[in-house]
Amino acid sequence: MLGKEVSTTDEFVKGLWRENPVFIQVLGLCPALAVSNTAINALTMGLATTFVLLMSGMSVSALRNFIPREARIVSFICIIASFVTAVDYLIQAISIELSRSLGAFIALIVVNCLILGRAEAFASKNTFGRSVLDALGMGVGFTVALLWIGVVREILGSGSLFGVALLPDTFQTWTVMVLPSGGFFAMAMWLLLVNWVNERAADAEKRAQEATP
Amino acid sequence: MNIPGPIQQPPTSAWSMYRAIVGIGAMCALLIVTVYQTTADRIRENQERFLAAAVSQILPAAQTTVAVVQTEDGRLEEAVETPALPVFMGYNADGELVGAVVTAQGMGYQDNIRVLYAYSFELDAIVGFKVLDSKETPGLGDKIEKEPHFLANFEALDATLTPDGDALLHPIVTVKQGQKLQPWQLDGITGATITSEAIGNILNDSANTWAPVLEKNSHAFAIREISEEQ
Repeated sequence: MLGKEVSTTDEFVKGLWRENPVFIQVLGLCPALAVSNTAINALTMGLATTFVLLMSGMSVSALRNFIPREARIVSFICIIASFVTAVDYLIQAISIELSRSLGAFIALIVVNCLILGRAEAFASKNTFGRSVLDALGMGVGFTVALLWIGVVREILGSGSLFGVALLPDTFQTWTVMVLPSGGFFAMAMWLLLVNWVNERAADAEKRAQEATP
Repeated sequence: MNIPGPIQQPPTSAWSMYRAIVGIGAMCALLIVTVYQTTADRIRENQERFLAAAVSQILPAAQTTVAVVQTEDGRLEEAVETPALPVFMGYNADGELVGAVVTAQGMGYQDNIRVLYAYSFELDAIVGFKVLDSKETPGLGDKIEKEPHFLANFEALDATLTPDGDALLHPIVTVKQGQKLQPWQLDGITGATITSEAIGNILNDSANTWAPVLEKNSHAFAIREISEEQ
């Protein structure tokens, strides 16, 4: 990658798989495990995080020449916390029911290391446009990862998907999947799968290189 | 070997630090105030609609409701402002008192639980129940909101008063799932023992206070004139 020009589409695409925040960077696991017990909670949490990621990425990259190095963390946290507060009010204005089901986790987006991580590692060093793409890619990657975990946990733990009953009543639901430990199980399963797929792809690439001297 | 050392940067001047932190603080404050101002009305409307929907859901016979507060001498009077834990008298289309809806709260497993229950003057029983606010464990504690056998407790949960009308004749208690024998017992939830017991305690405490007050004042509030405009 050194010195190579990164295309703008790549800034977006990398967050989806190659640098997926949950499965590859293993960031932001607290909400990823805590609120992924149902698919709808996972989706809402993912979208709320994406919004905060996008807004804080835009602000940080727009203000990057204005924020001195020594004051960057306090500035980033201040910006992120403000957008989280705004999101909290917006969700309450959209639906009290939704806000009730997410409980304390909206406020905890502030301490999601993914958001601070992207502000520090990317938005504070890159242009506005690239930061927008990076934030969107990471946000979508985070949302999709949460949704995957949420789908597995809801199907096995409650026998339903997005609140619609999927499995027959005779299915004994795995209560452990809706508990915190179920989050770890589902996460581990997806990590195993993602790493296996990546390893196979790497092997195939290596073989292809050896075959063509 | 030529390893580059840490990049030396000139120290930042106090003025630019001050400018950045105060500037960002002011911008963030402006953002929060703006969002709060624009959403405050919607949020209040949503909360009122949510409470009104919950009241009519658990006391469907009521067409209109009046918020009441208890005075120091134990009487009830119409509330000027809705209190934090409101109590409503519910009237049917003819203006007859059909029941009361009481807000109650207490400690659950994770955090405070706030509930709403309907009291029937005719049956001397709790005839409706809804959780307003709870942070109970998703999948276990939150079964108090949707588990059919638990909600079946509130078809008519006995809240008869003692002959002198000062307290409940039988305290409302939560029993293990499947062991409900008496109409004042709450059939609990396996896997949500603490939460379902908390609901029993919340209802017992609140009904012990409110059922006597409501009964003593039911005559004063028996009929409400329906105004023409409504």
